[in-house]
Amino acid sequence: MNNMTIPEISRRDFLKGSAAVMGGLVISFYLPIKGGRAYAADAPPSPVYPPNAFIHIAPDDSITIVVNKSEMGQGVYTSLPMLIAEELEADWSRIKVKSAPVAAVYNHTGYGMQMTGGSSSIPSSWEQLRKVGASARILLIRAAAYQWAVPENECRAENSQVTHAKSGNKSSYGKLTDAASKLPLPEKIELKSPKDFKLLGKPMKRLDTPAKINGSAQFGLDVYIPGMLTVLIARSPVFGGQVKHFNATEALKVAGVQGVYQVPTGIAVAASGFWPAKTARDMLEIEWNEGAGATLSTPQMRKQYLDMAKTPGTIARKDGDTVQGFKTAHKSISAEYEIPYLAHAAMEPLNVVVDLKPDHCTIWTGTQAQTMDRAVAAQTAMLNPDQVEIHTTFLGGGFGRRANPRSDFVKEAVQVAMAVRQPVKVVWTREDDMRGGNYRPMWSDHIEAAIAKDGKPIAWKHTIVGQSIVADTMFEGFMTKGGVDVTSVEGAATLPYLIPNLQVDLHSPKNAVPVQWWRSVGHSHTAFVVETMVDELAKLAGKDPVAYRLAMLPADSRYRGVLQLAANKAGWGKKKMPAGHALGVAVHESFNSYVAEIAEVSLDSGKIRVHRVVAAVDCGMVINPDGVEQQIEGAIVYGLSAALHDAITLEKGRVLQSNFHDYTPLRFSEMPQIEVHIVASSHPPSGIGEPGTPPIAPAVANAVYTLTGKRLRRMPFDQESFA
Amino acid sequence: MISLKINGKDNKIEVDPGTPLLWVLRDHLQLTGTKYGCGIAQCGACTVHLDGRAVRSCVTPVSTAIGKQITTIEGLAETTLGKSVQTAWQDVDVPQCGYCQSGQIMAATALLREHPHPSESQITAAMDGILCRCGTYNRIRSAIHKAAAQQGGAK
Repeated sequence: MNNMTIPEISRRDFLKGSAAVMGGLVISFYLPIKGGRAYAADAPPSPVYPPNAFIHIAPDDSITIVVNKSEMGQGVYTSLPMLIAEELEADWSRIKVKSAPVAAVYNHTGYGMQMTGGSSSIPSSWEQLRKVGASARILLIRAAAYQWAVPENECRAENSQVTHAKSGNKSSYGKLTDAASKLPLPEKIELKSPKDFKLLGKPMKRLDTPAKINGSAQFGLDVYIPGMLTVLIARSPVFGGQVKHFNATEALKVAGVQGVYQVPTGIAVAASGFWPAKTARDMLEIEWNEGAGATLSTPQMRKQYLDMAKTPGTIARKDGDTVQGFKTAHKSISAEYEIPYLAHAAMEPLNVVVDLKPDHCTIWTGTQAQTMDRAVAAQTAMLNPDQVEIHTTFLGGGFGRRANPRSDFVKEAVQVAMAVRQPVKVVWTREDDMRGGNYRPMWSDHIEAAIAKDGKPIAWKHTIVGQSIVADTMFEGFMTKGGVDVTSVEGAATLPYLIPNLQVDLHSPKNAVPVQWWRSVGHSHTAFVVETMVDELAKLAGKDPVAYRLAMLPADSRYRGVLQLAANKAGWGKKKMPAGHALGVAVHESFNSYVAEIAEVSLDSGKIRVHRVVAAVDCGMVINPDGVEQQIEGAIVYGLSAALHDAITLEKGRVLQSNFHDYTPLRFSEMPQIEVHIVASSHPPSGIGEPGTPPIAPAVANAVYTLTGKRLRRMPFDQESFA
Repeated sequence: MISLKINGKDNKIEVDPGTPLLWVLRDHLQLTGTKYGCGIAQCGACTVHLDGRAVRSCVTPVSTAIGKQITTIEGLAETTLGKSVQTAWQDVDVPQCGYCQSGQIMAATALLREHPHPSESQITAAMDGILCRCGTYNRIRSAIHKAAAQQGGAK
């Protein structure tokens, strides 16, 4: 489904009458399928970032910060401006935010392309944006000192003003910006000491809240441009299927329908709005060549995976000798785990607006991956990347889906624009979004673990089976090590506990279901497996689960701090639980942040009920504590939906779930109380968008064990019976 | 041609009367604050008021809105109650991605109109139909209490 090319005819038709363009068309860009950086065309930006790329100071002293990360709820339209404003000494009340266009200067400092993901927005911008703010401040001071003919070091910047105490001179940034912008970039930039921070570390209100409570915030679906048609696509019911025949006679009779087109991903209906497009799409008669994907059914896949999990895979980590370790074991256990495909199910279904002209393409969408999308759009429309403009709107949730390594939704929308030859808005219905693949992979795991006489773990052998997210994408080259997709084993191969004989290996079967990163990626499955198994070992050893973990962690481990803080705050081992309630604990590191969660759980008519979650987090220095709280709350709810309710399953290649009645995110009535406690830290900031998700499923499962004696090894937990 | 009274203003629209109100608001009038999330009344992102009552506009044929007062998020601030709900949302800093928040605010306002002193279970019942994937539910509950207090309705 993802490897097709636009039919020759469409492109030729599209270019008809554009001989000049045709003649001048040079494909100067290609996307390598494997390895390397795709964006050699973009020179790496110089180490000193020009402040004017990020900061626009208006004569009225308002300051617009250009944010190069996508706002999908994680708060970057507040936290990234805070980094700049702190060093700029800006008046926070006059800060406005604008989304960045696509340009090399806006590339992610670690990934070398413009992208939002990997819980990396703050860590990757922490140095960069403070330096941007500081260099602007230096230039503003320099411009003032020059004007007043006084030494620079006698001038002071504060609250968007430069003052010179001796002379009594003062000038606002708005009046200095013109002169400052003509100065060369400063050669030396010193950053503030954290003890002098005025904004960083203080709870700040989000700058995007006003627009999000009055309906004015513009998401991709809210973009309307002149002459635009709404397009819905009938896609193959089976991954990889192709159209064999179609009949659009009835669909074309629907009032408002402008045309029906065959595009590489299916049959596109273009209409004056969503409703006529949907009405007409429902009337299409399509016969599909379903292909190999039609043989996929979840039970068979599960059996194949579980069989594979009992055979040795590619080694991801090997310490000591597990064979010897098991020989000397006092007690051992083994377990199998079943974890399903998951849809991201962001509240805003996918959508893209494309205005394609012969020599220019303008795209409006909520994307997490601007550089990749621009490259793919350019390649698809046979333009150069600099002829493609992307406007990043607010994202109605991302969770990884809008950073597609194949740019699937953008590529398809450009193909549609080429066929329709009018501005288009391609809208995915909820059902399209739910059944559109690019799921968190399905996993099966097999673990054998053993303890010695003293109760300490002595051997651990973990085999993981699941599709590689990076296989056959441009990420494969640098995210695969020794034949192992690092995202498949993260959280398992990085197990922090002191176990002398330990092996983690991996099978990465391939099939037609497209897979993708989903909030916390590999950790979303590995934390569940390893943290429930560690709990089993604690029980096997007759030890308290918190004490057992602490005894297995190195003395300087940052896991310890969060585990102890969560245990204290939750009253672990001290607080008397109400009858029928139990606590469960889990701790996990992801994206260099450490999170422990303790869940209080009961059973309500056979259903798991989570009453309270106490979370402790060490994410290094905190930029906006209120933002950290929001992200941990959100990550817990996201993980709890998956733990309790959600699964994508297949029958004869068809996805069985379609909408929120059969794929059910956590609702208001199921919401636990959540407490977030932050470990004070002087480490550089690390990720916060994702690390709250991994520990919640094992924390709940471990509590359910204490309550019922039953070990949960299959997700979602709803499928278990507690009668 | 049908006539609709939306946020106090009259609108004449040429549309099939079976079209859901949601798509008339969005595609015909560009009142885009009302969101599409599921199309089958499962997520509540499309919640608007018909004569003050919360309805799911994605399954409400536009014909049933004729002759009624339609209020969307864009017109909510015109009432004291609507404004105080928005203020509470601002004070508590509820939204994350924000996509569901129009629906949350419309549902909360309808609840407070009916029950100025809502109990915890009334809040849960009124809000259970509005999904949020970002997990803002606890802040929504706080904001509803705050708005009730501002209206003189809370303890």
